[in-house]
Amino acid sequence: MLTLLLLGIPLLAALILLVAKGSNLKNLALSFSLVEFVVSVYAWFLYRQEPSSSVLSFDAEWIKSIGAHFDVSINALSLLMILLTNFLIPLIILSSYRKGYALSNKFYGFILLMQMALVGVFMANDGFLFYVFWEVALIPIYFICLLWGSEGTARVTLKFFIYTFLGSLFMLVGLLYLYNHTGVDGTKSWNVNELYLAGKSMNVKEQSAVFWSVFVAFAIKMPIVPFHTWQPDTYVTAPTQGTMLLSGIMLKMASFGLLKWLIPAVPLGLEVWGHTALMLCVIGIIYTSIIAIGQKDYKRFIAYASVAHVAVIAAGALSLNQQGIQGSIMLMLAHGVNAVGLFFVVEILIRYAGTSEIPKLGGIRNLNSNFGMHFFIIMLGVVAIPLTNGFIGEFLSLNGLYQYSPVMAGFAGLSIIFGAVYMLRTYQHIMLGEVKDTTLRMGTLEASEKITLAIISLAVLAMGVYPAPLNEIAETAANEILMHIK
Amino acid sequence: MNGLIIICGLGLLAMISEIFKFRSVLFPLVLTGLLAALALNVWEWNNPMHISYFENMIGFDRSALAFSTVILAIALLWFVLAQDYFKSGQHLVDHYALVLFALAGALMLTGCKNMTTLFLGIETLSIPMYVLAASKKNDLKSNEAGFKYLIMGSFASGFLLFGIALVYGATASFDFEEIKAYIAVFQGELPGFFYVGVIFILIAMAFKIAVAPFHFWAPDVYEGSPVLITGLMSTVVKTAAFAAFMRLFMMCFSNVSELWVTLLAVIVALSLAVSNFTAVMQTNTKRMLAYSSISHAAFMLMIIMSDKGETASVNSLIYYSLAYSLASLSAFAVIYLVSKNGSEDITELNGLHKRNRLLTITLTIALLSLAGIPVTAGFFAKYFVLSQIPSDTLLWLTILAIISSTIAAFYYLKIVGSMFFADSYTKEPIVVQKSHAFVLIVCVVLLLLFGMVPGLITELALY
Repeated sequence: MLTLLLLGIPLLAALILLVAKGSNLKNLALSFSLVEFVVSVYAWFLYRQEPSSSVLSFDAEWIKSIGAHFDVSINALSLLMILLTNFLIPLIILSSYRKGYALSNKFYGFILLMQMALVGVFMANDGFLFYVFWEVALIPIYFICLLWGSEGTARVTLKFFIYTFLGSLFMLVGLLYLYNHTGVDGTKSWNVNELYLAGKSMNVKEQSAVFWSVFVAFAIKMPIVPFHTWQPDTYVTAPTQGTMLLSGIMLKMASFGLLKWLIPAVPLGLEVWGHTALMLCVIGIIYTSIIAIGQKDYKRFIAYASVAHVAVIAAGALSLNQQGIQGSIMLMLAHGVNAVGLFFVVEILIRYAGTSEIPKLGGIRNLNSNFGMHFFIIMLGVVAIPLTNGFIGEFLSLNGLYQYSPVMAGFAGLSIIFGAVYMLRTYQHIMLGEVKDTTLRMGTLEASEKITLAIISLAVLAMGVYPAPLNEIAETAANEILMHIK
Repeated sequence: MNGLIIICGLGLLAMISEIFKFRSVLFPLVLTGLLAALALNVWEWNNPMHISYFENMIGFDRSALAFSTVILAIALLWFVLAQDYFKSGQHLVDHYALVLFALAGALMLTGCKNMTTLFLGIETLSIPMYVLAASKKNDLKSNEAGFKYLIMGSFASGFLLFGIALVYGATASFDFEEIKAYIAVFQGELPGFFYVGVIFILIAMAFKIAVAPFHFWAPDVYEGSPVLITGLMSTVVKTAAFAAFMRLFMMCFSNVSELWVTLLAVIVALSLAVSNFTAVMQTNTKRMLAYSSISHAAFMLMIIMSDKGETASVNSLIYYSLAYSLASLSAFAVIYLVSKNGSEDITELNGLHKRNRLLTITLTIALLSLAGIPVTAGFFAKYFVLSQIPSDTLLWLTILAIISSTIAAFYYLKIVGSMFFADSYTKEPIVVQKSHAFVLIVCVVLLLLFGMVPGLITELALY
């Protein structure tokens, strides 16, 4: 029943906020999201005591005629994703405190609706339910980007929507194909284990077809080169909180989907095409890293850097060994926190300096050393220095990839060097050097901004210094996934 | 059957109301009549006494009852919406009678079991619609629409009659069941002209439901007719035509399906490609929705095409009709309310959310449903179609359906975007009267309800 509570709290909050009139209810939104976070931490404790506790799952018949169930449960992988989501949403809400959006109740309502859909995606054990939540998550983010985005957002958001919608439909057909092969005795089922069995019973050709139709959806959402063209534009025009949701959590839907819905279902298809997909990831890492180095706009720069990091996540998952998968899960968590941190830095820069163009910024550390320190810590996390959160995930992912193919790992390993190059250079340009005219206004930060930054920095360091509690769960998750492949 | 009788009676009452001077109570009378017809439908569903009437010419089995309930419910909402249409202008009584007789034709189509009732139903439905299309007498476009509809409709009726004659010549019967039995016995020995007859009937029906390449009349007629009449065409008329299409091909000609399935595949593919690519280019909202309705008709044909004689197909078709009709009715309602003091251009919808919140939300949900996005009813409608296409033999059609859905999502979502984002030339708020708001809210609630609990329709026991 706890799972229903996890879905119910944000849904209730979203409905209240979407209907409410008048005064600014941002504190209400924040408190609901904090309650949600507390509930998910409680779920974590329950999980540690008894992983198969019946409180952590719920199953009821939904649509009889197609055998779809409302089947949600928490296992190792989904627990981590839910913790990430519910940890980030309060931060995202808090990060918008200063800005004061028009129609802010609707804004927070959409964020919480999104939270409900995301938690649903991570908990769904039924293929059909997964798809419904997957699509539902698209609606609030579409409106967040559309209504609160900057200039040109209508066109860019439409492109984003159409891109992901096309991917989703292909995924639906792939899942339907699996579904149509379930239940040899006549009753078809959308249950995840049934879908795995159906996938394994198919021949190589069929598995390959399913692999590609589902993989395209994930590749668009992550995004993996060459399906990434929607992303930089969307990140630039969307409101910062929308970008945080997109890069911090929504992209994880795709890497999560890869691990839960694709890899265990089509082992033969992966054997044939996994290599090609990995090649795409490695090409993506190098290509987007090089593009990132050349970017003048900080927001666009993070967009490209993000594509490179996500490609490492996908590469770790596709290397199909224990370390690779565990690393990719850890990297998902780290990337979520870091992405929110980086985009919050943009928000602050734009607010004080009025621009996110790197050449116009400089010397901020001298004006506000507190901000400089937080940015520095987040940056270290992105570069994946030991004792920060990025390190363990990146190390394990690349190690896993090395076991799969040393050559590929060699190329993918360039991401560490490139990452250091572009992050350090950007930091140097923005924070060090001469104070530019535009940055003169950089004064002290507000309390809500300080708190947000402090929590993010603390999380970066805590997850780096003592990753064991999360890492253990990630190991269990990786083993569970591998058990299905073997 | 009781529903049909009540509607016919109401039509007659409407015609004499001018003479006996009870015009003013006509509107409540019609609403009561429709409600009574709906109630009797539900009663008949629970107490099936007579399945067929008039020597098996017409029969209201459960699938017919389901379709006629959809039609009556939509018509009821439409009447509430169309109140002012019956208040302004002249000849209002004629309008009532015409709509009611069209409705009678639609109900007859849902229950047809014989070629004669099929033809009668189609004509009873079409002839009032020709007149209604031209009912804005001073508007050139409306006259053009009525005229075009009449010419094209008569042409299709000609095809239908010719086809019926040929099929009769081969099988010596008008009765669906007898024809089916005859085909089953003499399969392989049927004369060539029988097949020609079936193809002619198929062409005529394709004209009526407006799918490519027989769709050319639809955009012009949709554009020219008064908005409310267009709304009626795309909901009631379409549902009725599909009910007849289903009875004819899934029941009567099911044994020669290899003949028409291939033809339908071509029609579906053409319709998907033509309608969606053309819809992107449209600047008039009604034209765009006309092309969108062609694309939805193609989706509904896919259900008929991939039928394997299962009840699931009929359920899916009913569900699709309902989902499409609700979304379409609410879209036309919004256009009607917006265009009252403005144009029917797509740009008229720009910045709508600053002018009226309810209209914006309704149109957004209607368009999301037409695009097939959860948790609206349109998603399940589309899902049932995709799940029923046999993916091994018709994979290309599945892929075409996906691509055209994506294009469709593009032009629907573009409107959603401009409603929120683009600037309108006027900031003048639009006032929506209570009865209109009621219809809009009912449509939205139903769209979301069926989108969350599709089992309400798909688990109806039809047999």
